[in-house]
Amino acid sequence: MPVNPDLVGRDFPPTSPYLVGREKVREFARAVFADDPQHTDPAAAQALGYADVVAPPTFAIVVQEQTLQQLLAQPDSGIVLQNVLHAEQRFAYTRPIVAGDELTGRLAVTGIRALGGNAMVTSESVITDASGAHVVTATSVLVVGEGEK
Amino acid sequence: MTELTVGDIVAERTVHLTRDSLVRYAGASGDFNPIHYRDDIAESVGLPGVLAHGMLTMGLAVQTVVPWLGDAGRILEYGVRFTRPVVVEPESGADVTVVAKVGAVDDETARIDLTVSHDGATVLVKAQVRVRLA
Repeated sequence: MPVNPDLVGRDFPPTSPYLVGREKVREFARAVFADDPQHTDPAAAQALGYADVVAPPTFAIVVQEQTLQQLLAQPDSGIVLQNVLHAEQRFAYTRPIVAGDELTGRLAVTGIRALGGNAMVTSESVITDASGAHVVTATSVLVVGEGEK
Repeated sequence: MTELTVGDIVAERTVHLTRDSLVRYAGASGDFNPIHYRDDIAESVGLPGVLAHGMLTMGLAVQTVVPWLGDAGRILEYGVRFTRPVVVEPESGADVTVVAKVGAVDDETARIDLTVSHDGATVLVKAQVRVRLA
């Protein structure tokens, strides 16, 4: 089944709020070799004007991932996880994610185009905080193969 | 921030990845795709070996410039294209080298270009970080 072109423009509900924990930020920081103290030491983050530890820039993927799960869960998507390749990733920030944030992601599929036997699917996840203010927009380009049948 | 000139190297480092690094990133990120920790599955889908998560490579690459920036909040945009996988050998691991160079600069922002390589080959292309200078 090829990727369903009707995914473009489909309305997806916002994800349930994700509460960013201090220890989760520390764990993620260690995993991406983020050794700057702003990511692990609340005092260092506060000295920069943040309420708590600052998440590494790519931490936004954790919230974006919840939105991509919504995409994969669409029964008519034509996307099978095993045939998906991550081709491109971008983040555009209004501010960094900080421990204590309650984040919600909202998915939009912005483009699907054919490339050989594959489809290039561009999706945009807008991530906002508890007040509704924009934090970061995460954009992924996935190459989706059609697989065996 | 001091005056920047296109071509200046602002930061660089080499990160040594091991299988432990991949398991740690899987847990921290929630990406438990087994091609990042199981040789048999990596092989069954035709890969040359267990691969580092693309997002791990992307994540460690940008982190190279954070101490130089002093504040991760100066990062306005960050994007990459994944071109070549990083195979992480069970015993010897893999080295990923990041060189951060000024690609463009104006009054308020700069574009930092990251050259990210493994085994002499570039693994991310168009790895660009747009940063606020003021």
